This record gives sequence, C-alpha cells and structure tokens, in this order.
Amino acid sequence: MLGDQKSNCDSFWAPSCSLEVLQLRAQVYASIRAFFKSRCVLEVETPLLSLASGTEPTIQFFETYDQSRLKQQTLFLQTSPEFAMKRLLASGSGSIFQFAKAFRQGEVGRFHNPEFTLLEWYRIGFDLEALMNETADLLVHLLPSLANQQTIKVTYQTIFNTAVGVDPLSASVTDFSVAAERFELPDAQSVCGQNRSAWLDFLFSCVVQPSLVSMPLVMVYDYPACQASLARLKENNPLVSERFEVFVSGVELGNGFYELSDPVEQRCRFDAEIAQREQSALRRAAKDQRLIAALEKGLPSCSGIALGIDRLLMLRAGVDDIAEVLSFGFDRA
Amino acid sequence: MASYSTNEFKGGLKIMLDNDPCSIIENEFVKPGKGQAFSRVKIRNLKTGRVIERTFKSGESVEAADVIEIEMQFLYYDGEFWHFMVQDTFEQYSAGEKALGDAKMWLKDQDVCTVTLWNDQPLSVTPPNFVELTITETDPGLKGDTSGGGGKPATLETGAVVRVPLFVQIGELIKVDTRKGEYVGRSKE
Repeated sequence: MLGDQKSNCDSFWAPSCSLEVLQLRAQVYASIRAFFKSRCVLEVETPLLSLASGTEPTIQFFETYDQSRLKQQTLFLQTSPEFAMKRLLASGSGSIFQFAKAFRQGEVGRFHNPEFTLLEWYRIGFDLEALMNETADLLVHLLPSLANQQTIKVTYQTIFNTAVGVDPLSASVTDFSVAAERFELPDAQSVCGQNRSAWLDFLFSCVVQPSLVSMPLVMVYDYPACQASLARLKENNPLVSERFEVFVSGVELGNGFYELSDPVEQRCRFDAEIAQREQSALRRAAKDQRLIAALEKGLPSCSGIALGIDRLLMLRAGVDDIAEVLSFGFDRA
Repeated sequence: MASYSTNEFKGGLKIMLDNDPCSIIENEFVKPGKGQAFSRVKIRNLKTGRVIERTFKSGESVEAADVIEIEMQFLYYDGEFWHFMVQDTFEQYSAGEKALGDAKMWLKDQDVCTVTLWNDQPLSVTPPNFVELTITETDPGLKGDTSGGGGKPATLETGAVVRVPLFVQIGELIKVDTRKGEYVGRSKE
C-alpha cells in the first residue's frame, strides 16, 4: 500500500493525517494547557536554533550556518529543549512547560519522525516519585484507555531480569550474549560488541519492551548509571540513576530525570560524550557553555520530563504510523 | 560496488547478505529515546526464497545486490534450459531448472513473464498471474453437473495438475491463477 502511495507523487501535497486527527491534536494541546494552568506551571518558549548542540553519541543533530557574518557561524537545531529550559529555571522562572519541536537526524520509522514534538516540563522541588505521579495523572487525563487502570512502577533491574533472565547491573557482556542467543538474536554480538550500554538498549528493545505491550501504563525507574543521561546518580546506590521512562502499551512515551545540577559533573559528562563522539567519528558537538554557566549560578532542585506528543496522539487515535498524526510526515515535508 | 545505509532500507530494496542476493520485505527502526538505534529487518533470500529476520546497527552500510526485474518473453525449452527474450532489445537469456522453480509448470511459448537477473544471470522467473492452458487429460465429467462442486484433477499441456469442475473436458482452454495454482474459469476463446 505504501508503495502505491509512493509511486503516486501527485498526492504528496496532501496531509498525511486525517482532519479528525488534526482536531484531536488541538484538543489534546488545550487539555494539556488546562492541566498545567490548574497546577500553576508556566508555559514558555525557547529557541529552536542554538550555538550549542546536544552531545549524546546516540543522537544526531542537524546543523546549519549563519552566513550573514564575516565569520560563518555554525548553528544547531535542538535535539531537545532541555538546555534552554534549564537556563530559564536557573534564572528563577519557577516550574515551566513547553511544546517544543525537536530534530534528530536519521530517526525515521513507524514511531520516529526526524522532526517531532515534545511536551517538556520541569517541577521545582519535585523528586522523581512526585514527577512519576504527575506524569501518570496527566496521561490518565489525556488517554481514556487508561481510565481505572493501575500504574505499574518497576525498577529497570526487576523488569530486565524478569524478561531477559540476567541482571542488567552486574551481568557481563558474555552473559548478555548468551541471553541474546537464547532469544534467537544472532546479530546482537556484531551489533553491540563490547559496549555494555548498547547491549542494554538492544535487549531492552528486543526483549523487555515487547513484554510491556500488555501493560497499560508502566514506569520503569532506577536506570543503570551508564544510562543516566542528564539524571543524578542515586545517593544511596550509585549503580543506578534517578531516571525513569514511561511506557503505554509498550510504546516508549517519555524520559524523566531528577535533574543533575552539579556543573562539574555536567562538564565531565559533556566531555566524556564529546570524546565518545570523536572516537566514533561522529559530527563534532558544541558543548553548551551557557548551560554550565547557568548550573554554576545554581539550578534549583527539580525533576523534569519530555513526553513524545506525536506518539501520545498515535495511542489516542489508534493509528500505527507516526505520519498519521502529523500534518505532513517526513516524506511530505 | 554500490551500498546502502540502513537509513535507506525499505521494502523492495535488494542487498547482499552472506553472499546471497536478498530483498528487503520490511524495515523497523528501533531506538530508545536516549539509546542506540537499530534496524530490525525482514529479508527474503532470493536464491532460497527463505525469509529471515536480521538486526543492523543504524547507519551501518550493506552492499547493494545487482538485481533487476525485467519482462521477457518465453521462447522455448531445449530440454535443459528455458530461453527468454527481452522484447525491446531482442537480448536473450537462458535459465536453468533451479531459476525456473514452480514457474516451469505454467509457462507456454510466447508468454511474457518477469525474469529476475542477478549479475546479469537469471535468478528466478515469475510467471504471469493468469495463464491460459489446454487440458490434456482429465476424467470424463458427470452428465448434468454444472456447478463444479467437488471437482476433479486435470493435467494441463505444461504438465501442471489443477482441480477443475466436473463439467470441464479434455481439449478445453482454461484460465489458471499461477499464484495459487487454481482454476479460475473456462477461457472465452
């Protein structure tokens, strides 16, 4: 069917979603604004184009150039609004939310569009538990399918061990490789090699995530320290981080952190990621010095989360291709 | 040799895998928000017809297979090879039994079919979806039966055997769906 559509380029001027879904998006945005208004969270807007880039080796940014100056300047489309929002938090904004476009190269698939919409919000004084609860409240408010369903909260270690049969925190690469053979994933070894984090991602995507499909709402927390991203490590257990992910019927919807606020640690993580990018011959990242300066000024203790709004709309509309909730999917943009 | 990045993977793309030409059936991009990206791909091995699932690291590149599909007219069978011709260029190709596969049960001289070439050699032959063939052998039908309920085996001029309704007789021309190997109806001719 897709092939037929592709050959018929004449119809590519038309939207990839229905009028109903276009209206549904507007309704969902209005509900979200009402939800945050009632909780006194301020809606903000930050630039999409920045001097700094993301540094994560697993996320590829788009870059462009400002040629209006004598010395050409490289600018980056944001891969997430996180850095700019943290600068607002450090400036005293209080709790904030925004609908933000984010851009990630090469991410095209049933659940991925290189340009997509995040709902990102930060809550001053919230720990991870409080943010998990608020996230559940919002999702139940937005998805009728979650009414009267219980929220399951489970640690990464428990859910991984249950599905894969190995302990994600202590297992060796060999243990992972034996597990992959048991699940008939012959390419795992060549794809993941000696990279522990890649093994965790691979087995989580191929084995754990499919096991979540039958569960309406799951929060997986205490992510392994090697996958901390921008979360703090847990005070009483540095093997895990203060990060959670939320899944609805097996679909990954969002990532929440009890935010790292230590500028020294932040700089170390940036530098480590930039070094990894260099090793993997990826595009050179531009470290966000202004974020570090903001952290030095002082980020209030807060938790924050980014939710994929397009995927949320997919669940709400019951469609299985992200293009069906976008006015114009990537091949019509 | 040309190659493709996993980012270009889509249904119908022909790639080399373990030294065999393969066709991609389906590509699923898998990526945890903050994690590694993979491509989980369903692939048909064009030599064996077998469907397998493979995983690639996103961005990995894979050698392209020089595979093309061309419409050709079936000319004749010489007892060992089946001979085909591209009608526009008169270029001729000969294919062995392995490449023919089930297609040999349906091909009649002058039928136009799709020949898949790998490195300019016939790899497989797809017969037309519908062919018209004469019945050379079948039991005489029962008098008065016009419904075709039940049916009987009939041998066609190419040697293929299909089930036909009881009223269809030797010497008749019938239309057959080659994808299912099923009788469709008596030919109007």
